[in-house]
Amino acid sequence: MTGQAQDIAGGMAAYNFAYLDEQTKRMIRRAILKGIAIPAYQVPFASREMPMPYGWGTGGVQVTASIIGRDDTLKVIDQGADDTTNAVSIRAFFQKVADVAVTTRTREASVIQTRHRIPEEPLTVSQVLVYQVPIPEPLRFLEPRETETRKMHALEEYGLMHVKLYEDIARHGHIATTYAYPVLVDDRYVMDPSPTPKFDNPKMDMCPALQLFGAGREKRIYAIPPYTRVVSLDFEDHPFEVQRFEEPCALCAARDVYLDEVILDDKGGRMFVCSDTDHCEERRAAGNRGHLAAEEAYATTEAAQ
Amino acid sequence: MTHSAQASASQAPSSQSAVSMSAACVEGGFSDPVMEAQVAFRALMDATARPGSLCDLPGSLAPPAPLPEGLGAVALTLCDPDTPVWLAPAYDTPEVRGWLAFHCACPLVTEPAESVFAFAPAGADCPPLTAFNSGTQEYPDRSTTLVLAVEALEGGAPLNLEGPGIRSRETLAAAGLPEGFVAQRAENRALFPRGSDLLLVAGLRGCALPRTTRVTAASTGTSTDEGAE
Repeated sequence: MTGQAQDIAGGMAAYNFAYLDEQTKRMIRRAILKGIAIPAYQVPFASREMPMPYGWGTGGVQVTASIIGRDDTLKVIDQGADDTTNAVSIRAFFQKVADVAVTTRTREASVIQTRHRIPEEPLTVSQVLVYQVPIPEPLRFLEPRETETRKMHALEEYGLMHVKLYEDIARHGHIATTYAYPVLVDDRYVMDPSPTPKFDNPKMDMCPALQLFGAGREKRIYAIPPYTRVVSLDFEDHPFEVQRFEEPCALCAARDVYLDEVILDDKGGRMFVCSDTDHCEERRAAGNRGHLAAEEAYATTEAAQ
Repeated sequence: MTHSAQASASQAPSSQSAVSMSAACVEGGFSDPVMEAQVAFRALMDATARPGSLCDLPGSLAPPAPLPEGLGAVALTLCDPDTPVWLAPAYDTPEVRGWLAFHCACPLVTEPAESVFAFAPAGADCPPLTAFNSGTQEYPDRSTTLVLAVEALEGGAPLNLEGPGIRSRETLAAAGLPEGFVAQRAENRALFPRGSDLLLVAGLRGCALPRTTRVTAASTGTSTDEGAE
């Protein structure tokens, strides 16, 4: 242990670099390599208890802890935002246990841990995107037994998933699945892209960055290598479509981005703003203004900084 | 023989040869195990994600001969008591066994098909890919990763690589690959999702050929890839 132990609370307790012990990291690292070798196949792994509850990204945190090194710059987003509780606490966790550089800028990050969004800025070959996944099995709500879903993946038997999408059409007239929209990876495994909006599905296809998925409670790791075909399931007469927004971002006037609806009052007032806070801030810094952007207030804050 | 080699690390050496053997077993690991294992893993992860690209492994270690240092780096990065390891006869010496026992504590197996990691020099000493574990249809991840020492990763007969991780086409010109390598890879690819994964190592440079990568000979232009989809 030559200098890699992280001193916590003035030497009261010391953790290994990036919190996990070395044998746990090796186990996760082996799972990651097999996951990359078999795109979208869910590799079982011995998920550890982490100092945060299940559902807070324990799978993503374990994957990040196993890959991160001293030279990395980490960005953490929660629903696209860098400044929400989950993102702030995971970022602080890695600053504490791995002493790693952090950023909110997408293009400055080498490792991006995400909960339910893919950044608007196109990813590059030198980046790794780590997803926090609640339910990794796309067939789980159609078939509760693990033995059966495993057999279905083994036999490439995905008819049930098409029945589910067809039932959407029969009931609603269109495929009403809007998030966790199933994809077919490299023409073999059907995969749950985690609860990202289906708006982000096209970004997974032939993405230059490596995409890793960690599900802590369900104890599964899977991966999409760079430049891999990712196709959203659909029908010839009901092709896959992403969400469209009628108005641009109210703050930065961006179009063709994913927007969050924000309720303004109890009289039906609302605004749509970028879900990707970094993208929105960069656009505003470049002078783009939406119809609700506070011109004066923003200028004042900038001057203050 | 083997047992005494493993035990010599903890017992008082009784002869001159036991002294040198125990020193060879104990020394020669990573100088900074945590950070160097991370650097080595990231190199291997990037290599696996981009088949055909070459990566550099950290070089502070010195495994006992005849185990090449690049293979030693992979062993120290990925092997531990959970991973049965198969050693090619050429590497199966008391010193190498003792070194792996001390640094990785990995069990050694005699059957290639029982291994999670296999270390071999490319050539006649290495069994065909089909001799290794290719996993099951339900658990294709439970397969062997074969770590193969080759003469060089450049300057050999060029091979075309296609598949996930490769934008259009990548070329690999490793020297000293086994006879019938392209046909063996096609056979391995036809098993998908089963199949063994391959790491080629020359010195401290590495290159990954996961089971998804389709390998064809570049010079003749003929495809030996009928087995794959």
